[in-house]
Amino acid sequence: MTPLADGNRTVHGPATGRADTPGAEPVRLSLTTEDDLLAVRHAVRFAAVAAGFSIIDQTRVITAASELARNAYIHGGGGDLVVGSVHEGARTGLRLTISDRGPGIPDVEAALADGYSTGVGLGHGLGGARRLMDEFEVRSTPGEGTTVITTRWRR
Amino acid sequence: MSAHSGTPSGAHSCAVPILRLGDVLVTGLLNELDDKSAVAFAQELTERISADRARGVLIDISRLEIIDSFVARNLMELTGMARLLGARVIVAGMRPPVAITLVELGLELTGVETALHAEQGMAALGWVQAPQPREGAPHDAAG
Amino acid sequence: MVSSPAGAADVRHVLVESLKGRADDIADRWVSLQLERAPTDPAHNERDLRYEADTLASALVTALDTTLPVDQMANRHRELREAVRELSLRRARAGAEPTATSLSVLALKEVLLGIVRETVDDTGQLFSAALLINQLLDAAGALSFATYVEGREEIIRRQSRQLLEVSTPVVRLWRQVVAVPLIGTLDTARTQVVMENLLQAIQDEDAQVAIIDITGVPTVDTAVAQHLMQTVRAVRLMGAGCIISGIRPTIAQTIAQLGIDLFDILTRATLAEALSEAMKITGGAAPAPSATVSR
Repeated sequence: MTPLADGNRTVHGPATGRADTPGAEPVRLSLTTEDDLLAVRHAVRFAAVAAGFSIIDQTRVITAASELARNAYIHGGGGDLVVGSVHEGARTGLRLTISDRGPGIPDVEAALADGYSTGVGLGHGLGGARRLMDEFEVRSTPGEGTTVITTRWRR
Repeated sequence: MSAHSGTPSGAHSCAVPILRLGDVLVTGLLNELDDKSAVAFAQELTERISADRARGVLIDISRLEIIDSFVARNLMELTGMARLLGARVIVAGMRPPVAITLVELGLELTGVETALHAEQGMAALGWVQAPQPREGAPHDAAG
Repeated sequence: MVSSPAGAADVRHVLVESLKGRADDIADRWVSLQLERAPTDPAHNERDLRYEADTLASALVTALDTTLPVDQMANRHRELREAVRELSLRRARAGAEPTATSLSVLALKEVLLGIVRETVDDTGQLFSAALLINQLLDAAGALSFATYVEGREEIIRRQSRQLLEVSTPVVRLWRQVVAVPLIGTLDTARTQVVMENLLQAIQDEDAQVAIIDITGVPTVDTAVAQHLMQTVRAVRLMGAGCIISGIRPTIAQTIAQLGIDLFDILTRATLAEALSEAMKITGGAAPAPSATVSR
């Protein structure tokens, strides 16, 4: 599979990032138009390939990013997504941080449970995206918005 | 493959070609599918089913690298609408990573028929290949 | 010679002066000390020790000649940090004890103190220099220990991954039929590997039926049963069928008691029966109708 390096717009950096190069800078993308969703997929795919993820794990992370980005865009009044590699001890992973400017989630626990669909902003269907990732943290302030910080480690 | 390519019904074209083979519509999704194109595609396909009185629809998704909940719901709705119009939809060629991700996401494409690849999907829709020597008849079981 | 109690910067300067140009000497003494202390350590062969000592000694001397605080030097001076990490990882791989690895790094204290004592006479300065060396190498020892643990964890992860791969072989049983015989306890990680390998085999072999044989699986808990269900669903999404064979009576009981719905899943008592069913499915002249995802 070829990394879709949409270099001119979404990603800066060397074409072949080494997994353990701490120099891979996080990429920030805004989520205000529908085209941004495609840009998100490109950037996350590029980062997942650079981090040495297997095809299956690339697919998991890109899909999770796509879900969360769409939620922030459609239900959360826009926002942004940051994707970057993380190193913790000997582990390498990919971390996504998605923030929206929506009304916030009153009950985060309920939003993470399956079948919750009345949520607004990032709270919309969080359970599915969470199952694709290893770590998943939701911070929400009513009236200000929601931030999801989620990580998947390389196997 | 010999096919009469279908004439687009005009209106909103969705950039995804839809071919007609007898009473079957054949189409394929590419790796990049944004939300608007997905919606336009479903709409055009539904119109074509009705206009061409199609009995079957084959959607080849072997090039689709990502299916998120939006595209999955789109496929399920499309299947439902097609069924109401009397056509059977077969989604063919889903890649292993996509299948795993969909299941983990909790989306099972309920009610959608699937096939390993376009050839098998066409066979299920009644398009039988001309008889040809079957390579690897039953004796070639792996030892 | 300065006689007043030395300020931190002065002592640092004294230390740099007395160690400068003596990296080789430091390395020599450290190698001998390590060999003498722990002659049986599996990580101790002279060539590797020599290389580590040269790298670390020169990194130390360079690092001391900066303005970084000594207690943060091991973590913040790149060359020094890499030298400590590299030696700790090598020893983790070579099978050295974690304490032995930290003690090796701490043994460097004695070497440095020895050299400083030969060049500095003033007791006050000597004491301050000893404190600095202590701070510096305590931090290096801690970094070494942490790195060692990381290294071992990495090894364990890699091995368990390899073990998973070999313990879940997918075999082609017949034209368009693949099977994975599972033996031993199933956990989430293993079931995931099974799923990935099985789906890949379906694509590679153009398989219409996948058989999961669990004859060799002693027990199944809720999580594993759910994972098996997920595998069956993923197989169907790809357009193939799935048969589970060899469900033991106890597992059948568990599944019934757990209330897991295996109702729409095709099961057979033995692998042989599953294969014969699979051949019925694939046997016709035309490929069998595709799988329908029910519910």
